[in-house]
Amino acid sequence: MMKEMKRPERGKSLFRFAAPQLFYPLAGALAPWFAGAAAVLTIIGLWLAFFVAPTDAQQGEVYRVIFIHVPAAWMSMFVYLIMAFWSAVGLVMNTRLSFMMARALAPTGAMFCVVALVTGALWGKPTWGAYWVWDARLTSQLLLLFLYFGFMALTEAIEDPRRADKAGAIIALVGAVNVPIIYFSVKWWNTLHQGASVSLTKAPSMAATMLAGMLVMALASWAYTIAVTLWRVRPLILERERHAEWVAAELDALEGRI
Amino acid sequence: MSRTLGPFAAVLRRDLLLAWRGRADVLVTLAFFVVVVCLFPFGVGAETNQLRSIAPGVLWVAALLATLLSLHRLFAQDHADGTLEQLLLSPEPTVLWVVAKIVAHWIATGMPLVLVAPALALLFDVEQGALGVLVLSLALGTPILALLGAVGAALTLGLRGGGMLLALLVLPLFVPVLIFGAGAVDSHLSGTGADAHILLLGGGLLGALALAPVACAAALRIAVE
Repeated sequence: MMKEMKRPERGKSLFRFAAPQLFYPLAGALAPWFAGAAAVLTIIGLWLAFFVAPTDAQQGEVYRVIFIHVPAAWMSMFVYLIMAFWSAVGLVMNTRLSFMMARALAPTGAMFCVVALVTGALWGKPTWGAYWVWDARLTSQLLLLFLYFGFMALTEAIEDPRRADKAGAIIALVGAVNVPIIYFSVKWWNTLHQGASVSLTKAPSMAATMLAGMLVMALASWAYTIAVTLWRVRPLILERERHAEWVAAELDALEGRI
Repeated sequence: MSRTLGPFAAVLRRDLLLAWRGRADVLVTLAFFVVVVCLFPFGVGAETNQLRSIAPGVLWVAALLATLLSLHRLFAQDHADGTLEQLLLSPEPTVLWVVAKIVAHWIATGMPLVLVAPALALLFDVEQGALGVLVLSLALGTPILALLGAVGAALTLGLRGGGMLLALLVLPLFVPVLIFGAGAVDSHLSGTGADAHILLLGGGLLGALALAPVACAAALRIAVE
């Protein structure tokens, strides 16, 4: 009923998908495609990583961890930026879906942070001789993980969803302002304390196949992030909109299927 | 002039008076600071050279933790007795009285730490020339901690387990202040001069003063909505 009445006003603008009711089926339709793309790209990327890319002259086979490590580190930072973007959109436009997107993104960002830290540690042991050094990049990655924890803990601790959304958005934005400050302060602190710093950027020239493998894996991470976020936002929408008629119909349909 | 300063001065005066009447609370923060600093020699050993080298970091971490522990008091009482809602409903600009509350909070809890720090530094045999830098770095840095912490305190207002949550939220944000604060004393001791660190702390204070009260006011509105 409601659907029929509202339809003429909406037009063809993409903004109509800001309505949770319309985004829910769209997310459901798009997620499998992105998941498929992620799977295919991961297989291609790992094949490039393990069978095509040459052995590194200085580091041997250990270097191959970068095919997972670098895309994960990139994604952990991108996801925070996207989270802050949705938070800002939510606060300015007061759109519920934006906050839900921010909350759906956070666990994936934290996961990529952990992956980057763990793979970095596994790479660091044979290369630097230690699982952990207080290098600027490692430290700021760790602090980024803490920022994700803070965001998730805050949004989970507040029971009122409106307050949780907005409080989470504020801390995400405060964190986003602080990320560059943290990065540069940690970098400076590090250079003050240890003269010859170990750096991830020392690879002078990278073989084309290595670069290709890394880029394919980065694309796979993007596709994975999008797919997982879309899947995670769907139950969030159902939970928030549970008083709406269309959710009741949707849940009935789901039960019927089981 | 007086129209802007009136509410600012009124809130400042009220909060300082409240802090004075409940001085025991304020003294607990100070005592915590002193006790934490005095714990470190038991943990790392009383070797003088080692103590001298860790002193700036220890004092700064202790000041940071003491600030953190006092933060929940910033808005909790006013939230409980409804003063906060009345303040938010009043026509006065929110940012103005938020700054007044933070300033009062810093005078009550932050400034005593700054004043006591040189005495504690002597326990760690820090050379006397560095005491001025230590006091200056704390005087510039602890207000930044109070400003950033106020945002966290407003966001976690009235939540279960708010204290732990507050720590998780604000401690990562405190890291740059810690780096430049402790770094100022370290670089003075190593002879490179503390100017750069002190200037960065000053810049950070101005930046925090411009941005944090706005975020804090928005967070307070959300919390009492």
